[in-house]
Parts: sequence; C-alpha cells; structure tokens
Amino acid sequence: MLKTLLRSTALAAAIAFAPAAALTLAATAPAMAQAQGGDIVVTYKDDIATLDPAIGYDWQNWSIIKSLFSRLMDYTPGTPDLVPSLAESFTVSPDGLTYTFKLRKGVKFSNGRVVVPADVKYSIERAVDPKTQGPGAGFFGAIAGFDDFAAGKATGLAGIETPDTETVVFKLSRPDATFLHVLAINFASIVPKEAVEAAAGDFGKKPVGSGTFVLKDWVIGQKLVFARNPDYFVKGVPHIDSFTIEIGQEPLVALLRLQKGEVDIAGDGIPPAKFLEISKSPDAKDLIVDGQQLHTGYVTLNTKIKPFDNVKVRQALNMAINKERLVRIVNGRATPANQPLPPAMPGYDTAYKGYAYDVAKAKALLKEAGYADGFSTVLYSTNTDPQPRIAQAIQQDLAAVGVKAEIKALAQSNVIAAGGTEGEAPMIWSGGMAWIADFPDPSNFYGPILGCAGAVQGGWNWSWYCNEDLQKRAVAADSMSDPSKSAERVEAWKKIFVDVMADAPWIPVFNERRVVAKSKRMGGEPNIYVDPTRVINYDAIFVKP
Amino acid sequence: MVLLLARRLTQAALILLGVAAITFVLLYALPADPAVLLAGRNATPQTVANIRHQLGLDLPLPVQFWNYIVHLLQGDLGRSFNQKTAVAPLILARLPATLTLMAAGIAIEVMIGLTLGVIAAVRRDGAIDRLVMTLSFVGVSTPQFLVALLLLYVFAATLGWFPMSGYGTPAHLVLPAFTLGILGAGWYARIVRSAMIDVLGQDYVRTAHAKGVPAARVVLRHALPNALLPVIAMIGIDIGQFMSGAVVVEAVFGWPGIGQLAWQAIQQVDIPIIMGVTLVSALAIVLGNLLADLIAPFIDPRIRAG
Repeated sequence: MLKTLLRSTALAAAIAFAPAAALTLAATAPAMAQAQGGDIVVTYKDDIATLDPAIGYDWQNWSIIKSLFSRLMDYTPGTPDLVPSLAESFTVSPDGLTYTFKLRKGVKFSNGRVVVPADVKYSIERAVDPKTQGPGAGFFGAIAGFDDFAAGKATGLAGIETPDTETVVFKLSRPDATFLHVLAINFASIVPKEAVEAAAGDFGKKPVGSGTFVLKDWVIGQKLVFARNPDYFVKGVPHIDSFTIEIGQEPLVALLRLQKGEVDIAGDGIPPAKFLEISKSPDAKDLIVDGQQLHTGYVTLNTKIKPFDNVKVRQALNMAINKERLVRIVNGRATPANQPLPPAMPGYDTAYKGYAYDVAKAKALLKEAGYADGFSTVLYSTNTDPQPRIAQAIQQDLAAVGVKAEIKALAQSNVIAAGGTEGEAPMIWSGGMAWIADFPDPSNFYGPILGCAGAVQGGWNWSWYCNEDLQKRAVAADSMSDPSKSAERVEAWKKIFVDVMADAPWIPVFNERRVVAKSKRMGGEPNIYVDPTRVINYDAIFVKP
Repeated sequence: MVLLLARRLTQAALILLGVAAITFVLLYALPADPAVLLAGRNATPQTVANIRHQLGLDLPLPVQFWNYIVHLLQGDLGRSFNQKTAVAPLILARLPATLTLMAAGIAIEVMIGLTLGVIAAVRRDGAIDRLVMTLSFVGVSTPQFLVALLLLYVFAATLGWFPMSGYGTPAHLVLPAFTLGILGAGWYARIVRSAMIDVLGQDYVRTAHAKGVPAARVVLRHALPNALLPVIAMIGIDIGQFMSGAVVVEAVFGWPGIGQLAWQAIQQVDIPIIMGVTLVSALAIVLGNLLADLIAPFIDPRIRAG
C-alpha cells in the first residue's frame, strides 16, 4: 500500500533536502562511525523518469536529484534545519525583499567548469521558463519579474542579479519567509548551461551537476550507476563510493533479494503482504527503517456544497471518524492526526487535541445543525489499493452517524480534476494524492491546500475554504523574513492551523510514516533513510565497517 | 508469391494505420488531462495551459492525429510526457530483452508442446494421453504470476540455482522463459494432438504402416510435418503476443522488456509511450502472422499450389 500511495505521488510527492555541510553532519552525529567506501544496490519497480532537476518531481528521482546537484541552500541530514550549501554566506535585507548570496569559491561542475553566479541565474530561470514545462515554476513566484517571465513577456527574471563573480542577488516582489527553503528544493538546483544545451532536450538522461554523485551509466530499463564525485566541495561526503539503482524490480522479489544480501535498499518499501512477517522476524530491527515524513492524509469537506457550508456539520463529521481503525488498515504504518500539520513539521501544536472520536456527540451536533436524520453525499477517492478500502471504512463510520456517502473511486487525475472544480466533489479522501510537504515549513500546508489562492478552478484547495482573516494572518506570517523572527513566525503559523481546525474544513486522518527496507550492513539512523526533505539521503548513508 | 507479399504488406500498413487511429482517439478521449498531471500541484492554470499548448494538446484532434502520423512516417514516435525524452529509443532499448524472452519462451513451449502432443496422439485415449491433456489443461488455465512466483521461490530463492531477478546472462533467462514456455506448451500439446490424430487416421499413414515403415518413422517423418501447420500459425500469433510484452513475467523477474514500459506508461497516462508500444505490438502481430503465412507453403506444398 505504501508502494501505491507513494507511487502516485508523481504529483503529490516530494520532500526536499540536500547535502549538508560535513561540519554540521559531524556535529549532529558524532557517535556514528561513518565508514568510507562501499558500493550499494538500490531497487525500484518503476523507471527513473528523469534526472532533470527542473522537471523531476516524484519520490524516486527526488532523492537522486538531491545528490547529483547542489543548491545555494540545503539541510542538515535527517532534519528540517536549513544550512548554506553552494552559498558560503547570505544576508537578508530588513524589509525581507533582497537576498544576497556569496558563492563558495572554486566549486566545480562534474564537467570541470567552475560554478559562477550566472549559472544560478540561468538555472532558476530555466526552472521557471514555460518552455521547460517544469512543475516547480510556481515556487519562485516571489522573485521580481516572475509574472512577466512566466507569461512569456520577458526573457528572464529581472529579480536575479549577478553583480560580480561571486555574488547573486535576489530581489523579491513581496516578502517570502520561505524563500530560503525555495532555494533548497530540487528545482533550484544549479546546472551548467552548456551541458543542458549539449544534451539537446535530454538533460534528464545526461545530467551534469556539482553534487555528491555523478551519473556513470544508465542502461535504459535496467540500471543506473552513480559514483562519488571526487571533487565535491565538502570533504568526506558522501560516504559510499557508488550506488546502483536496479529498476523493474518487483518489491516482493526485491525484499527476498535484500534478505539474501543481494540488495541494500528496497526503495519501494515492504509490500503489505510481507510486512507482518518481516516485522516479526528476528532481523526486523536491522532491516526495517520506519521514519516520519511530512505527510498528512485528510478528508476535505467542500464548504461550497450543502450541507458542508454549515460548520457544525463539518465539526460533527470530524468526530465521526475512527482514525485508529483507519491506521490499522495501513498496517499501523501511520499515526492518527488531529490537525493539518504533521508532527515533524515546525508549528505542530502538541497541546492541541482536536476533535475526539465520539459518535454520540457527532449525532447531537448534526441534530443541532438540522440534520437529525443525516443526509446523503459523495466521497471521492483514488482507485488504487488501499485507498478504496480506507474510503469504505470512512463510509461505514459516516453511516454510523446517519450520513450516507456514496464512494466514487476514480483514477488519480480525475479525482484531482473533480476537487479543483467548484461545486463538484463534496468529500475527497486525499490518500494517494496529498499532501507531502515540498519543504519543511508550515506555510507549505496552507497556501495551496487551505488558503484562498488554492480555492480556484484547477486548484488543490478541495474544501474551497477561504477564511479572509486567516489569509491576512498567513500573509503576515510569511512576511517575517528576518531569520531572528523565525520562532515568532512558527508560533503565528501554529495558531493559524488551530484556528483552521475551528472551521473544520478538513478531517485530518493520519500522518503516514514511510517504511524502507535496508540490508544489515547499511548503517545510520532512520532519519537518513527517511530524510524529511529527501527520502533516502545518499550523502549520509554508509556501509558499516 | 511477390504479389501475395505486396498485398499482405499493404494490408499490414492499413491495419497499422487503423490501430493508430483507434488508439489515438481512445487515449485522447480519456478524461485524464496529461497536462494537469505534468504540471503538478503547484501549477497555475496559466502553466497548465502553456504545457497543453506546447504538447499540442490544444489542437483539434484530427490535426493532432495528422501531426502524429506525419512524424510516425519519419520514424518519430514523439516524446514521452513523463520522461521528457524521445519514445523510440525507450522502446528500442527494450527490444532485445523482449525478443530474447519471446524466442526462448516460444522455443520452450513448442518443444514441450510438440513432444507431449505427439505422445498423446500416438497413445490416444490411454493413461498418458489423459495425463498430458490434464496437464495441458492445468497449464493453460494457471495464472502466469502463480507459476512465475513458484519457480522463483523454488529455483531462485530456495535452491539458488538461478538469479532471482534481472537480465544479461543466460541464467537470468531460464526462469522467465520457462514460465512462458510451460504455460504456453499446453496450447501446443492440444493442437498438435488433435492435428496428429487427424493425420494418423489418413490413408497414406495406413499405407506407410502397411509397407512396414517403422512406427517412429511414420509418426515423425510422415505424419508430423502434416500436423505442423497449425503450430506455425500459432507461433505467428505468439510472436505478436509476446512482443506486446509478457507484463506479468517481466514484472516478477525484473525483465526489462516492453511490457514493463507499457505498464508504467499506462499508469502515468504517458500517451506517446502507450501509442508507441501499441504500434510496435500491432506491427509484431501483423508480421508474426505474415511470417506464418509465408512459411506455411514450405511446410506444406499443397498451399503453394493453391
């Protein structure tokens, strides 16, 4: 189930992170004996779609692109903590509208050329350029000149300046406190123009970057071989010498091979059918990595469709769902949720208890709202296992309070289309589609999925929820660009999400954890196999001596 | 002969055009909008519109089809939506694996099927016949994944005789080819048996027996060649079938064939790849049948005369 859920994240997927400074790595994990060397084998069922950082946006290529390229900003492995990477240092102007970065000196692309500020400008313009057809353009919306460039009225982003050979200046059209995160996501990876042009549209198969690894060989349909970049700008990173990704490997077979030691990481996780067996085996603790990801699964209640325009109805339904039971359907690989943010996200409110499961109270509230006899509605879900089963369990819970929900299990794109069409889908179970944070900042859980801007045709705010007051507070919070105000900002977001829950546009259901299977020889904490911003952190994992 | 070939090739071209047209209309009539999938969840409607425009999805369907056919005639199968790279090399890269598995699978099913079919026909209504027929029945009705997993578990995971998964050496080929072969052999056994029974009842066979020709020679030299025609036709069909991908077998054994590519493309609504694979498969089916028709006269001179 994990497999299907995650596969479908071609859209919804993506978590972000990159090679962090070895210093921070060493500082955070002094106890780890990180042996150098080793060649490992990783398996996936599906092809690696592309390694072009302006295009790749699924959970398989996300990790790999992270390691092939470097970005101005990155994260300490296993954490949501930002650190400068390709940038040596940076400053933010008091108004939050100007970001100035000094590049590290002498960093080289794997083609041997030194990285210069013009590469930064080129790479980000390339990600935004409509001709690239990249899914990440929208992240850079705060850069001055974005609208003109995105609409084809300008030939570049006016807001990126390269005054000298080591400085890049970003001018923003509005304050964006998440801007440093934006520069750490894959779409902000720095690429050399000459290599992109030489690849003639096939950069995704012939990537050139300045990351920890380089692509050595790609046999279409079979395997990809990545070798350590000997020129990487942080000494001692990465730890392994190479990793080979074998594709077309059935998860079940990959697991058998892993148990025999032929495979080091089964990238698709553990199939539900094998999960209990493996988790009860004596080797379980060496083989299974269970990590939190920045994910929340939820049911949207469309505030523009009766009776969900009534807040009491929405609150009642929040009390009607037995989340513990839903967690059991996914083999316990999730934690019941009571708020939009996942626990690993800054701004998660540990004090908030949400709406407890209480059928009697739910019925009473429905009666108060004038629906003593319940009502009929429609619940949308994607059609890959286990999503329809989860939808059925939700359906049963709803029936217990008198709400008759008809299930519409459709292909992912059709559910997304229905969600983004006003007045179309009363309820949607988000499983298989949403929402995994692109970067570890609470705003990422608001704007597109709970904010007014997302409540548009083709948008992802499937509750069509728009609270003007909260919207103002969200804009205010995202204007606090001063890094010293970040605690205050997180506090502001925490309150926003608690207030969202008072309006109950969602039923938060659970936070899915990610399970990866690894061989016994692989070392490191779970948080570098399920890194909150990059899934598998190839820079940090190591083979035990 | 040349005339026949010309006629059949023209037919083949028309069939392919028809297949292309039908697949095209079906795929583009799908409610799923590839542009939305490509654009991702952060896309503005403007981005989606841009992508749709660049992919040519905003053009009228007949124009899109015309463009596709024009490119197709130049050997260009278009670019994958998802992988953002040309489709033809993706398919070509997987052809060797598909062809190898196809050849090995057919060889195994024909060898097993012929042997069992002949024995069953000769020992008609005996215990061996009934055993063979039962086995072939089991063979044709067993799901591929069951046999594949069973072989994998016994011969790879437990005994370790063969690698569990992958491609490149003859050892890798054994289990996937046998999965296809064992299952397909059932069909061949049944067809060969009934064709043989038919032939064995004919006058010339009785004459041969009467002349004192050894029984084995009668069966193998006199009767069998005449029973081969349906087998040739069947191989023609199998070529087409296996070329379109042995999806299940490829999945279980990590065999990098066309089936895997097709399956992924379907899940991702990657229309250019689906189109490409469909056309290649259709071509294989047409060519397989053509090949069978061309070979038949050499096996049976009566067809040449007719």
